[in-house]
This record gives sequence, structure tokens and C-alpha cells, in this order.
Amino acid sequence: MAKQLSERGDSILWTKLDAAANWARKNSLWPMPFATACCGIELMAASASRHDLSRFGSEVMRFTPRQCDLMIVAGRVVMKMLPVLQRIWLQMPEPKWCISMGACACTGGVFDTYAVVQGVDRFMPVDVYIPGCPPRPEQLIRAVIDLQEKIQSTGTLNASEFLQQTTPKGPDRFDSDELGRIRLRDRLALKLPIYNPRH
Amino acid sequence: MFSCEERVNELLPGRCREWSEFRGQRHLTMVREDLLPTMRVLRDSLHMNMLVDVTAVDRLEYEGAKDRFEVVYFLLNVDTSQRLIASVFLNEPELEIDSVYSLWKSADWLEREVFDMFGIRFRGHPNMKRLLLPEQFAAHPLRKDYPVQGRGERHNFPVITRASS
Amino acid sequence: MPMHLTEDEVDEYGRREGLWTLNFGPQHPATHTTLRLLLTVDGEEVVDAEPDIGFLHSGFEKLAEVLDFNQYVTIVDRMNYVSPMANEIAWHHAVEKLLDIELTPRCKYLRTIFAELMRIHDHLLCVGACILDLGGISAFMYANNERERIFEICERVTGQRFHTSYTRVGGLLFDVNDDAIAMLREFVQGFDKTFADMDKLITRNRIFVERTRGVGVLSKEAAISGGATGPVARASGVVRDLRRDEPYLAYADLDFDIVCSREGDCFSRYSVRMLEMLESVKIIQQALEKLPSGPIFADGTGKEFMPEKREVYQSIEGLIHHFESIMPNRQMPCEPGSLYAATESPNGELGFFLVSNGTFRPYRARTRPPSLVHFALFPQLIRGCMLSDVVAVLGSLNIIAAELDR
Ligand code: SF4
Repeated sequence: MAKQLSERGDSILWTKLDAAANWARKNSLWPMPFATACCGIELMAASASRHDLSRFGSEVMRFTPRQCDLMIVAGRVVMKMLPVLQRIWLQMPEPKWCISMGACACTGGVFDTYAVVQGVDRFMPVDVYIPGCPPRPEQLIRAVIDLQEKIQSTGTLNASEFLQQTTPKGPDRFDSDELGRIRLRDRLALKLPIYNPRH
Repeated sequence: MFSCEERVNELLPGRCREWSEFRGQRHLTMVREDLLPTMRVLRDSLHMNMLVDVTAVDRLEYEGAKDRFEVVYFLLNVDTSQRLIASVFLNEPELEIDSVYSLWKSADWLEREVFDMFGIRFRGHPNMKRLLLPEQFAAHPLRKDYPVQGRGERHNFPVITRASS
Repeated sequence: MPMHLTEDEVDEYGRREGLWTLNFGPQHPATHTTLRLLLTVDGEEVVDAEPDIGFLHSGFEKLAEVLDFNQYVTIVDRMNYVSPMANEIAWHHAVEKLLDIELTPRCKYLRTIFAELMRIHDHLLCVGACILDLGGISAFMYANNERERIFEICERVTGQRFHTSYTRVGGLLFDVNDDAIAMLREFVQGFDKTFADMDKLITRNRIFVERTRGVGVLSKEAAISGGATGPVARASGVVRDLRRDEPYLAYADLDFDIVCSREGDCFSRYSVRMLEMLESVKIIQQALEKLPSGPIFADGTGKEFMPEKREVYQSIEGLIHHFESIMPNRQMPCEPGSLYAATESPNGELGFFLVSNGTFRPYRARTRPPSLVHFALFPQLIRGCMLSDVVAVLGSLNIIAAELDR
């Protein structure tokens, strides 16, 4: 990252501001453990004895969104929980990243039911997906390392790389017309108010 | 000791109730009006002091079923480990039944869950609200005519993108 | 539960002078997973608590209606994710009762061993997390180390760390090999040390004792009328354990004690859990001694079970057998009827109510979750306590959200 010019003395580093910021950010990821279900237990195991996530510079789990810059969604997110998740995401300061841990958070997993959101990436940005049900702690550690690489290679000082992403980044909704189809079939206008996380 | 059956029939004679057995478990089926008196007898005279569970079954697609909803109570005598399953059948327009909250405190949430999942109301329950699903939810998901994947409620959220957060 | 205030004391927002409402959760470190409490507090004293649950309601019972008896075991796993195998055992216990299957002795013993292993696992996590919430982190680390050892055994036996899906109707996915038995022996021998470590760290720890003694007291009457089971009930003096009172699996041949306490406060719930672990170790030890040899699938009952996985992979007969046993039109018929069967899971009585309509698929499968019943007791336990006691009481009840909401 930095080129050290030894003839000018050992104390001067030349680098790009972006790279310096990225280096600082990637090595002090403070995760917000949004642990809802079984994956949360593996998340706990990853940060406790034996696996010890802190070896990779992201051990300071904070439960206050205001202090975090890495959201780890561990576990299934259901109808009642998604507004909470979005709200917490909005409360986190920029720049922030998101890891979606486990089959449920990525796609709904085995729970293709009325209550479970079929992948959090449909409703909020996700940077790294971890497959598995539950993923092993090693996989979570790998994901953190991958995210660090991503930050190092794409990050900018003022986080302008985020501004271009105006559509959800996840895979296409394979049943994007499900809602319309069901409405048509049942002639039923859903009276559900849209949950607004921003109020 | 008297068997459960004889004791109930003796204390509350002349009511319409039915006893059956499946795999060694006693089932009692009664009519809705009988629920509270029978339950009181079961608790006080037969010492069924724990209400283990309350649930319901939607028999819409069950072959040969005459009534649609069956509310099931699981009783237990803690000291002798005697168990009894009691059920009441209900049908569509009047989905209302007496609450047993006054007899066993554990009925509180269990009955609320039945209301949430099946839409059966419990008369006399102190706090008949949805337990698990959001207040705005319009359906009762464990009814057989509700699809497993739902009616699209799970897609009904605003999308937050990178640029907007 | 609404607040019990007289009319003139309430202001226009429904609050009383000096009382304020505190929102606890749904995303809070001490809720372990997801639940929400609306606390009404007067200064630091909790006047009332209104739990709001359902933040993890994922439609388990609806899924049961579209999966068959063998498939649903994968979903049951995810119910109480701190002791997954205990759920599997409870589920197939109910299914086997419905199908009227008698297990082989070896299968019974193996299931007993794993049920107890899961009890240890659950209690370790519960105790560890409880003390973690109260501010002590070391005991959690000790507990976690031991849990990793249990995970290793599970992985060796079933191939998965914790969602093992190990049981099948009438048997088990794999037999255990000598390696696994050796690991189990080693675990049993090494457990005393961990137990002593944790015991030393917690039991006479002044802070822990003062924060849990006399806090969140549940009387015996309230426990019975509120439907409490398992360690919560036993800590309140209800001498009841399904392992003894309605013996299932191999518990009738094994010798163990039931741990009870009289006080019913957080500390006694903690002690009951700790001592139960020792009993579980005793059970595993005996079961390992007595472990019979023989097949793991029940046979000769005129019923067709899944073949062992090894056969499926290594012989064409096994493959065909497996294929046939999962075809919906070839599956075992089952008598129509409804039945409730419960086992003593680490958390309390975990029961399943099955309604069958003659197919190999439940018409309705209701779970009787101990967490739901225990959490309903929470407002009554916390009234009059301090705000900081909320985490102590929550931790001692061991509420598992996925089981709470299903
Ligand atoms: S992915 Fe698997 S382990 Fe993770 S929350 Fe979903 S069901 Fe649980």
C-alpha cells in the first residue's frame, strides 16, 4: 500500500488517502451482531474461545448500531423483524457493510413460508453472503477476511462507491410477480400498510 | 381410585360427551357449553392441576370430519402423571369459546396463540390480541385454506438501497 | 398484561405520573435472540412488563403439514437450536408412538446418550450466557470450550456440527463407531474439570449470588398453574421429570437423581441446571457401559424403514430400498388418530401433538414449546424487581426465541 522512501528518513509514508482510509477501516470492523436464530449461536461460537474472531481485527461486538460499521445478519428474518433490521441499518453510520450469514438470511433457506423474508438482500444491501445452515465459524471468519479485501480494493475516502448503487444488489427475485399474481387470483387488495422503518 | 371417566360422568351427569382411546391416551370430546363446568370438575375433583397446552386443528381437509375446528386441551395431573386430552368442536360462524384462563394461568398465551393462528376467540380472556404475528396481519395462517407461502405479505416492505441509506 | 392503574392516575398518554416506559429489545444483547419487552418502570423498579413476541415466527407448524415424518426432522432441529438433537428425539418419539414402533435397544441407548449430551450443551450455554449477561465473561468461555467438544462429537457421528438431523423414523441416520465412543468417554472424563472450573467461578461469586438470590421468585403453586416444566419447575419445588415419571427410551434402566430446589429464584434455577449436568454425565457413563450391540433400525415389525446411509451409497439394493421408502405412494401407512407425546427436553416438557389422516405426513403437528409457557410467566416474575434484574431473570428462564415463536 505504502511506499516507503528510505532516503528521506524512515518516518515518512507516501500513500493515497483512499488507501489509508481503507486500511484503517478494514482493520477495525466493529460488527453489529444481528443474531436472530441458530446462526447466532455459531456467531457466538466464532467470537468465543477456540475460533476467536478477534484474531482478524473484528472482535469488538457492539450492540449499539451507532457504534458499528459491519452488520452481521445471522439467522432468519421474518415479517415482524425486517422493519427492525432496516431501522437498525439506517441507524448505523457510514461507511457500513453487511454480511448475510446463513441460508436463511441469504435466501430464506428451508423456510419457504408465509412469515420468512426470502433473503434480506431484497430489502437492504448486502456485501458478503455466507452459505450454510449454519455456516461454520471458519466460514464467518473467511467472510470477514473477504470483506476486508473488498474494502481494501474498492473503498474510497468519502464512500462514493456506495452512491452508484441505487438498486438492490441481490439476485433477481425469482418470483417477482408473486405478489401481483396472488392479488389477481384472490381479487384481494392487501390492506397491509407498508411498514416504514424511517419514522 | 375412580377412573377419570366414571368420576366426570358421576359429577356432571346427563351431558353429551364422548370418551375414546388412542394408543393408551384418553380423549374426551364435549360440547362447547360444557367446557367450563367440565374443566372445573377436572381441575378441582380430579386434580388435573396443569394445563399443558391448548391448540386447535382445522379439519377442513380431513376425510370424514363433520366439524371444522377442534380446540384441544391437554391436561395433566402433576402428582400422578395422569393425562387427558379434551376437545371441543366449533364451526365457522360462531368461532367463540369460553376461556379457561380463570382456571389455569398458562391458558393466557396459549389461547392467544390459537386466536392468532386460527381466529378462534376466547370469551372472557383478559387480553385477546395477536401473539405472534404483526397486528396488521389480515389472515389466520394455520387454517388449511391459507397457502404455505402466504399471500405475499412477506414481500410487502420498502426497499433500502445503498444510495438511499 | 395491561397496567393496573386507577383512572385518575393516568395521563393522556395512558401513563402514570413518574412512570415511564422502556423498550427492551427486540435487538438487545441480553435477549439472546429476539424478543421484546415493554417495561413500565418507576425509577429503577419494574412496575410491569409486557412481552411482545413473534419476532422469529417462521411458520414451523405450517411447514409440518407439507413435509413427511422423516423430512420434518430437519425443521424440528431449528426449533430449539441450543439442543437440536433433543428436538429430533422428541419429534420421532411422538412419531414412533403414532406409528406404534418399538425401537431396538441400541437405538434407544444411543438416543439416550445424545439426549443427555444435548442437555449438557443446553445447560452450558444457558449458564454461560446468563453469567455473560450479568457481566462475567470467563465462565462463558469455559462453557464454550466444552460445547465445542460436544460439537466435535456430533460432527464425528453425524457430519454436522449442530443441525444434525440424526434421527429417522424407527432408527438413526448412522450407527456410531468406536471413534465416537472414545470421544464420548473422553468428554465424560474431562467434564468434571470444566464443571469444577465453572463452579468455582460462579457458584460462590459474590456478585452473581447477590444478583440472583431472591430475584424472580416463582412459587410452587404459580409454577404448576402457569404450566412450568423442566428446570424452571424443579427449581420451584415441583418434583417432576418425565424421564422418571413417564420413562421413555432407556431411562428406565438407568440410575439417576432428579435435581430439585425449593426457593424458585434465579439462583436455584442456576444450581438446578448445574447439578443436572452432573446427572447427565452419570447417565451417559452408564449408557456407554451398557450400550448393547445390534441393529439401529427396528425390524421384523412388518414396517419398512429407511435403509442405513452406508448401504444406500454402497449397494444398488440399498439405493432402490431408499428410493422406495421415500416415494409418497410406498410409504408406511399410519392409523388415523391424534396423539400427544412429550419428552423431557433440557428446557422442560417438549411435546408434539400429532393428528394423522392415514398418510405418512402429519395432518397437523403442534409443538408444545416449553419456552413459550415459561416466558408467559416472566411478567409475574419481574414485577417489583430492579431493572438490572431483567437480564438475570431472562437468562435463568432460558428463552429460546425460535422455540418461543416457531
Ligand atoms: S441458515 Fe440454518 S442455522 Fe442459520 S438461521 Fe437459518 S435455519 Fe438456522
